[in-house]
Parts: sequence; C-alpha cells; structure tokens
Amino acid sequence: MDFLRPTTWADALAAKAEQPDALPIAGGTDVMVEINFDLHRPPALLDLNPIKELATYDTAEAPVLSRGDDPPHPPVKSGWLRIGASVPYTRLINELGDALPGLAQASRTVGSPQIRNRGSVGGNLGAASPAGDSHPPLLAGNAVIEVESAARGVRMIPATEFYLGVKRNALEPDELIRAFWTAPATGAQYFSKIGTRNAMVIAVCSFAIALHPEERRVGTGVGSAAPTPRRATAAEEFLSNELDWDGRTPFSVSAAQRFGELVKEAASPIDDVRGTADYRKHALSVMARRTLTWAWNDYRANKIAGREAS
Amino acid sequence: MRVNLTVNGAKETVDDVWEGESLLYMLRERMGLPGSKNACEQGECGSCTVYLDGVPACSCLVAAGQVEGREVVTVEGLAKGSSGVDEQLDPVQEAFVEAGAVQCGFCTPGLIVQSHDLIERVPDPSDAEIREALAGNLCRCTGYEKILDAVRLAASRKAEAAAR
Repeated sequence: MDFLRPTTWADALAAKAEQPDALPIAGGTDVMVEINFDLHRPPALLDLNPIKELATYDTAEAPVLSRGDDPPHPPVKSGWLRIGASVPYTRLINELGDALPGLAQASRTVGSPQIRNRGSVGGNLGAASPAGDSHPPLLAGNAVIEVESAARGVRMIPATEFYLGVKRNALEPDELIRAFWTAPATGAQYFSKIGTRNAMVIAVCSFAIALHPEERRVGTGVGSAAPTPRRATAAEEFLSNELDWDGRTPFSVSAAQRFGELVKEAASPIDDVRGTADYRKHALSVMARRTLTWAWNDYRANKIAGREAS
Repeated sequence: MRVNLTVNGAKETVDDVWEGESLLYMLRERMGLPGSKNACEQGECGSCTVYLDGVPACSCLVAAGQVEGREVVTVEGLAKGSSGVDEQLDPVQEAFVEAGAVQCGFCTPGLIVQSHDLIERVPDPSDAEIREALAGNLCRCTGYEKILDAVRLAASRKAEAAAR
C-alpha cells in the first residue's frame, strides 16, 4: 500500500490523477473501519489532512452550476457559504449552527463526540452511503458539491445529482471533493432520525425539511430509505402550494397527513438488520409530519429554527 | 514507512509502519504505549481515545501516517512526573480511582481522556453534558453511575484548584 501526503490542493489533484485508485482519507471514520476489518485494502491512501484549506469555510457569490442552465436555489446571488470538505461536524455544529440549522442538527446525531471531531461532510459525500446523516439536509437546502480534477478543472454538481447508487456518487476516478456550497437558512430547518439510542447510531431512516419562504417552497431530504438519499419532490410540490405563506395560518391535519403519505411514497426502502421496509415507511411519514409541525410553528412565530428572525 | 510525531511531549520517530495501520496500533505495538485500549476498532467504544492536536479522537480511526508532524497525547501523558518516581496523577485520574469508577479498567483510559477534554472545555458540566460527552465511550462492567460521580468529582477538584 502507498501512503500519499500531498500538502497542497494542486498536489492532491495531481496525485489522484496519477493514482486514481488511491482512496482519499480525511477523518478516517469510514475508511479506517474498512481497513481495520480487512474489508477493503486500497492500493493507496491519499491523506487530505495536510491540506488546511479543506478545513476552512468562507462566504461566496452564488455558485454557477456546471451545466449552466439552472439558476441556483435559493435565488440569491451573494452570501452563500462555501464549506471545505474536511470541516469536521463539531465545527459545523459550533460555528455554523445558526446559518445551517438543519445540517447542524444532523451533525449532532453523527456517531459520538470523538467521531464528530474527525468526520466531515466531505467524507459522507465520498462514502455516499444512503444512511449518511448529512445528505438529507444537503438535499433539503439545495446544496451544490464542488469537485475537481487536474485534467478538467472544477465541476459544480447539485446534491440532487450527486448520489447515483448505494455507495456510488458522481465523482470520476481522478476527481476529489473540495467543498460544498449552500445558502444560509432563510426559514426554519429541521432534521429527524430514527435509531436505537442517541449516540453511535446509523440511521434506520431520517428526514430533513427546509422552508424557503422567499421562493414559497419546501425542501426535503429522505435518508436511509432508498438506494440513495433523495428528495420527496411530490411532497415538496404539494406542501409548497398548500401552505399559507402570507397569512401564516396553521396547516390542516389532512394536509400534514397527505405530506406524510407523499414522503412515504417517495421512499423505496429495504428490509435489513436495522429495520423493515414497512417500519421505515411508517417512520418517515411520522417524521415528515413532526418536522413540518416544528418548522411551520417557527415560521408562524417568525423564527428561523428557534431563533428570532432579524 | 517512517512517521515522525510528538507523543506526550517527546519527539519520536517510528520506522517500518505499515501504510494501512492505525495510530492505535502504532502506539501500542511499536511505541510501547499500551494505555490506549484496542477493543472495537470501529470507533464504537471510545477505549482508544487520545488527543490529536488537542482534540479527542478514536486512535483506531486515524491512519498512523496521518499524524506525521503532529502532536498526540495519550492517557500515559496526563500524569505529571515519571512513573514510579515522582508521578502525580491528573485530578481526573485521581477522581476515577476515588469514586470507584474503575472495575476491569479496559474502558478507563478512553473515559479519562474524554472526561479530561470535557472539563477543559466545560469546567462545570451538567449531567446532560457529561452524558453527551461520554456517549461514545462504552463501559460494560463498572456501570456509568460511578463514572459520572468521578467526572463530577474531578470537575469540582479542578475548580477548587483553579480558585486557589
């Protein structure tokens, strides 16, 4: 096995181009489990820890998607966050919890404090497990993934197009994940997850909701209930039209039930050791109604995820 | 491969490290530091917790090569002085002994490091904060009550010492 330690991003891209089967390692919380148990013996490890910029974030203009035909959501031009792939969950929680409450809530449910000190969204994206906790809020919040190769430069991929299959993502063999882009929350965001205890839990299933009041739109993300994390688009459309964005009146019980049903229909889960398909579907409809209630109550109180809107 | 790092304040060079091996393996099998325990090797149990650049991490999930040029503190590095001569245990270690928070002792090193970090960050932690901080450290025989007692005792001792 080789151990590659590039110290700059350019060197990392060059190393990945030269050795496309090198496995990137940042926090190691997925990669080392596979090596320790001899489930996977990559020809080389590509250590991303020395590349300090991957553990930083800054504000940026709205990203331009590579296919260039779609305006970003939300349609704001500036004030986006560009967050390095290796920023650990602990820092997302402590430093970006106000800007990205849905992602911060999901981050709090990742593993344990020690895991959150090392694990990162970049790792979640690289592993592309359908159960990864960061995926649902990334989908609900319209995140865009920045990937790059030495040969072809940067590609900006919407989260909705990033997940291709179980543990398969849109990365080419010579590409690395550099950052993810997302606009700070303009409305309430919530994340909910089913597991056996409050720590060290791989999601049985999970759900994220984000209100985008400026677009009068609801974003959703469904985790661990299909081959990939996915949006519940029919549920989003139904609810976006159903909610009284101006009057801020309560939604009807039947609307919440219909939303839950549509979220459930968006899932195609399997029976496995963590839960049955039927249980996952039922749990998703419950989480959908619950998170909707929390989010809409905040919106009605003019709060962004429990915080007074300025 | 060769790995250069600082462990418990001393600069060390380790040779013949396998590229896929963990920091935990390197510490225990190549550096004579068996304090960090090897139990689950998948980050579930916290028994191998060490400080990496001042941040607690499961050393079983850090590749040895990733610590090149970095600073590691293990449970062996928390006491002052040298073993058997003028050793002065850290207040967290003393509290675990006094509170009876050690039975078989296998989970203890990880709990000590994680509790040490908690009290550094949160000098007067609530029970909820202690439980949250220790959520990734499994104990299968002592029982968590005495461990919670130990953390409370250590926090109050450290607060007393700081007030003096």
